[in-house]
Amino acid sequence: MSAGVGVDLQNMWIKFGDFVAVREANVNIKGGEFFSFLGPSGCGKTTILRAVSGFLDPSDGKILIGGNDMAGKGPNERPTALIFQNLALFPLMKIWENITFSMEVKGAGKAERQKRADELLEMIALPGQGDKLPSELSGGQKQRVAIARALCAQPDVLLLDEPLSALDLKLRQHMRTELRAIQKQVGITFIYITHDQGEALTMSDSVAVMKAGVIDQIAGGKAIYDDPSTAFVASFVGENNVFRGKVKSISKGYAVIDTNRTGALRARMATAVKDTLKPGDDAMMFIRPEALNISDKKARSDTRIKAVVQHSEFEGQAYNVFLKGSEDKEMKMSLANRGETRLYDAGLPLILDYDADRAVALPAGELASE
Amino acid sequence: MNKGFMQEYFRRNGQFMGWGLLIAVGFWVIVLIILPQISMLDFSFRNHLPPPEMGGPKDVYTLKNYQYLIFGAENNPEAYNRVDLMVFVRTLIAATCVTILDLVLCYPIAYYLGQSKGGGFLRILVLLLIIPYWINEILRAFAFRIIFGDSGVINEFLLLFGIIDTPFDFIRENVALYAGLGYAYILLMIFPIYNVIESLDRNQIEAARDMGASWTMIHRRVVIPYAKPGISSGCTMVFMLSAGALAAPQILGGPSSLWFTQLIYQWFNSGGNWPQGSAYAVVLLVVCIIIVLTVMRLFKVNMGDIGK
Ligand SMILES: Nc1ncnc2c1ncn2[C@@H]1O[C@H](COP(=O)(O)OP(=O)(O)OP(=O)(O)O)[C@@H](O)[C@H]1O
Ligand SMILES: [Mg+2]
Repeated sequence: MSAGVGVDLQNMWIKFGDFVAVREANVNIKGGEFFSFLGPSGCGKTTILRAVSGFLDPSDGKILIGGNDMAGKGPNERPTALIFQNLALFPLMKIWENITFSMEVKGAGKAERQKRADELLEMIALPGQGDKLPSELSGGQKQRVAIARALCAQPDVLLLDEPLSALDLKLRQHMRTELRAIQKQVGITFIYITHDQGEALTMSDSVAVMKAGVIDQIAGGKAIYDDPSTAFVASFVGENNVFRGKVKSISKGYAVIDTNRTGALRARMATAVKDTLKPGDDAMMFIRPEALNISDKKARSDTRIKAVVQHSEFEGQAYNVFLKGSEDKEMKMSLANRGETRLYDAGLPLILDYDADRAVALPAGELASE
Repeated sequence: MNKGFMQEYFRRNGQFMGWGLLIAVGFWVIVLIILPQISMLDFSFRNHLPPPEMGGPKDVYTLKNYQYLIFGAENNPEAYNRVDLMVFVRTLIAATCVTILDLVLCYPIAYYLGQSKGGGFLRILVLLLIIPYWINEILRAFAFRIIFGDSGVINEFLLLFGIIDTPFDFIRENVALYAGLGYAYILLMIFPIYNVIESLDRNQIEAARDMGASWTMIHRRVVIPYAKPGISSGCTMVFMLSAGALAAPQILGGPSSLWFTQLIYQWFNSGGNWPQGSAYAVVLLVVCIIIVLTVMRLFKVNMGDIGK
């Protein structure tokens, strides 16, 4: 596998008039990496991708691809290929013509193009479908044709703009695996955009989480999930129960947060804020539903929460129990299904506890809206 | 299924409005379009008779009027009616030229209008295109005559800058006629093309650009194939209307170039020979339709796409 070509965004700003679509992005994408930008709709993901592919110029800062400054280079002069949010297959060209359009542009002969199309159709598991029109394919098949078309240009960097968003859940999950396999096979850098955190976590080597033009955190999937660096990341990626309060005390990487309703709760401080979070600061504590347990033994009082069951649901691999504590919002606890049939009736009072290592303390900040 | 459609139609418009609309459309199609054309067709197969003899023994169907267009009068020394046929062919060629001229002119404008993202400038451009249509056709033709005249703006300008030393006769050379006709139908070319291009996904153009396609390549492979229905409906209208134009050729045409419609007009008007005029008109209509259908066949355009 080749080392691949890396992409660097250095202090990049993108403005539309007075509106700042991307603020001071610093990203280092290694060659051969599967890198995702994850963020809610309208946060500037497509804008970043368009800047990398050369359809718009950053207002400030630099884009380097393989160490070369891309300033002043058009989309056709960059070693990138873009897969559009809506795929943008050419509706009036046959599939094989679509796939080999980049060769047609360079003046390759028909026989050569058809041969290449056959190879690529083989790779995307659509052999013999070259003579159809895009409208005659299913969503997932179109998807794969778009990938083949982009790969045909032999780019060093493949840019994918939410390419799975139009597919149904089953197909999306299947295509995730397939995309990842294709990336391993061709060994080039993938930059992937999505607002679906499951997609980002399952496929990527690294994820950048964005909020309104600002990149909050860049890390591997596990770190994003377990060790978020801002309240936004904690609330946007996966589900989280939030407790607000003030930092009461700090010791050995743990913070005790005084939530004035639930009482003092202990949590590990996120790596990013370990040195900055101070007693007295406004803080938030996040506990994942799967990190909450029903307390059997006598847990420490600062990792214990009293609550009353509101309702519960069976999800297959887990029971979800919704509880009302002293906070305004309902808490969610997720108990793995280990075969025992326990149902939690509404009105049942419970004492929950958690491992302080699995709770995260962060400075108070804006949460992702549901 | 058809019954369901009618039920749905009445349910949506109500009995009163439903019948009203049907009758209005029926009246329009039958009384204003079909009946006149049928009577024209009927006329073209009749003898030219003074009114008292109409309906008399001499009022029988005949091919005489069509024969006249092809072979001329009975005492014509030549094998064919060379003069009229030449006018006919020349009209068709000129109409084709006007169509091509308009297409070349309007495609870029329509593309620009369709793909740029709106804004004030665009609206002004559309307004600039529409305003001239507020002016009466005859007036417009005369205005062209004036600017293209011997002492018109264009000649004055060319003389002033020493590009020519004697005024150029735009009228005799039919430049004014082509310009006038082309100008008259610009909108009919722009709007159908604009309509389809507007619905073309910008991402397709960008995808092509991303893959290194030049602008000519993008237009040849992506935009034009997509815009084909619009292009053909624009071309059809411009061709039909310029082949059937009367005022512009009358006013702007050179002395030596008759338009076929002028012949028709002469038969109807000064000649007073309605059957003969009808035959000429029918031939023009039928030949134009055949040409349009053939060209559409050639470029693989479906009739159904045009209405889109
Ligand atoms: N050409 C433009 N002119 C002005 N504003 C723009 C332009 N393009 C994008 N924006 C704005 O920039 C912001 C980011 O847009 P962008 O398309 O990058 O969002 P996104 O993260 O891709 O969202 P989605 O997930 O919905 O595709 C939006 O608020 C959008 O309105
Ligand atoms: Mg987007």
